[in-house]
Amino acid sequence: MIYVGAASDIPDGEAARVQGEVSIAVFHVDGALYAIDDTCTHQDASLSDGWVEGCAVECPLHAACFDLRTGRPSGPPAKKPVRTHRVVVSDGHVWVEESVGVETSAQPGVPVDAVAEEVA
Amino acid sequence: MRTVAVVGASLAGLATARALRAEGFDGRIVVIGDEEHAPYDRPPLSKEFLSGALSTEDLALTTPEDAELAADWRLGHRAVALDTAERTVVLDDGERIATDGVVLATGARARALPGPVPAGVHTLRTLDDAVALRSELVPGARMIVVGAGFIGSEIASTAAGLGVEVDVVEAATVPLERPLGAEMGRVCAGLHAAAGVRLHTGCGVAEIVGSPRVRAVRLTDGRELPADVVVVGIGAIPNVEWLEGSGVTLDDGVVTDAQGATSTPGVVAVGDCANAHRGYTGSMLRLEHWTNAVQQPVGAVAALFGRVHTPAPHHEVPYFWSDQYGRRIQFAGHRTPGCRVEVLEGDPAEADFLARYVDPSGTPVAVLGVDRPRSFGRMRRRLGRRPAATH
Ligand SMILES: Cc1cc2nc3c(=O)[nH]c(=O)nc-3n(C[C@H](O)[C@H](O)[C@H](O)COP(=O)(O)OP(=O)(O)OC[C@H]3O[C@@H](n4cnc5c(N)ncnc54)[C@H](O)[C@@H]3O)c2cc1C
Ligand code: FES
Repeated sequence: MIYVGAASDIPDGEAARVQGEVSIAVFHVDGALYAIDDTCTHQDASLSDGWVEGCAVECPLHAACFDLRTGRPSGPPAKKPVRTHRVVVSDGHVWVEESVGVETSAQPGVPVDAVAEEVA
Repeated sequence: MRTVAVVGASLAGLATARALRAEGFDGRIVVIGDEEHAPYDRPPLSKEFLSGALSTEDLALTTPEDAELAADWRLGHRAVALDTAERTVVLDDGERIATDGVVLATGARARALPGPVPAGVHTLRTLDDAVALRSELVPGARMIVVGAGFIGSEIASTAAGLGVEVDVVEAATVPLERPLGAEMGRVCAGLHAAAGVRLHTGCGVAEIVGSPRVRAVRLTDGRELPADVVVVGIGAIPNVEWLEGSGVTLDDGVVTDAQGATSTPGVVAVGDCANAHRGYTGSMLRLEHWTNAVQQPVGAVAALFGRVHTPAPHHEVPYFWSDQYGRRIQFAGHRTPGCRVEVLEGDPAEADFLARYVDPSGTPVAVLGVDRPRSFGRMRRRLGRRPAATH
């Protein structure tokens, strides 16, 4: 588990970045948290600097959009998905469990105000 | 609406087909494109494809999911006329495609120098152009790039990286003055010299010398520069001649409102061919920017269906990037005459900086960054929050 910070430190519509094996971006959208690889699969851009709209983030460099739940790109120029990671919220604090390998599964958004989720 | 014809099978055309389905359109989509190739990405043609780092397959814009678009692709066919009375698109083989809606996405083509074109003289707009040019970029070859705009500069950069001897000839005294202004145009032009590329400003091309193959370029100041390869990068012309007489209003491209609607009901235009009204500047602008071609179709498709589309604020702000000599140049907004440039971070002399353009009323209108993606993004965000121009 990688500690991200206090949930209150990630305002709605913003993102935090943490370092695992690779950089991971944690987004807060409408009360839910999502974690994906921070580096765009197209070129070298940081998705946590991108634009969040609905459940997607738009890359700040060439505007590819990635679904925050599945990591899949919905438009050019990116073709490969970013990996998703599991978010855990406990007592107002946020962790991510970094996925291993290339293939990752869809992750539901985790409510930012979840109180009693168990930290593994 | 049962049939929509999309004319132009490139970035804006593909984005249109996707937007049509995303809007719930379940009728027939016919995409007409005069190139034989399925939609491909153009920016790498002057960068990673030209250098050999990317292959033709890498350029593909379509993905396996695009099969779900169930579009009828008419590749290798040119639209030669639009019959607005019957809302019919006429193809070069005489076929007439009756439609309920038409999306014009014919883009632009490279402007050529007047006169004969000897072998070894290129322009760069298409994949075929890039393949032809790439085969000539051998180490030690002498290349002259005519025009120090963004595409010309990228070609110079890529060629220099391949060991080609490059000279760039620019008619204006300062390159990139229109988009960037003289001060920052000079800064970006400085990248050439740092890489050993010679830039000759304030001189035009008098003659391309050599037949059947180019030998040299004679400049208006009388000098003759020897050349094995010449690339002409002097801008692009919108592909709209086929619409003359159709009734669709043309003026440096297809004239549209902010959402892409043309003067003809049921006909919209997007991408490089569209001279659209911009909320950001309150004026008409024909942009040749990648993101514009991806984003405009969403609004234009909504317009076809009579719906209003409000774009994300940052999509209202024109944006482009250019990669040269290992530097990432990003620009957002629109420079207006009389703007003053403020360097906010870094040092232009080191080609690593962030600068913003402030108009005479004190309003920031544009931002330029070289290798400053993060702070550039922050400034770009602020431009998006600026209230729209009202004149
Ligand atoms: C070499 C190069 C590098 C670039 N680099 C950058 C960059 O770094 N950053 C950036 O922001 N932008 C860049 N651009 C610009 C960007 O690629 C364009 O803005 C984008 O391609 C526009 O897409 P479009 O679909 O509107 O037009 P186009 O891509 O021009 O496509 C139009 C298509 O319609 C076809 N067509 C034309 N007339 C007809 C007809 N009558 N019937 C049928 N088909 C027709 C054309 O052949 C073409 O296939 C670059 C462009 C080039 C050429
Ligand atoms: S780097 Fe993200 S889309 Fe190109």
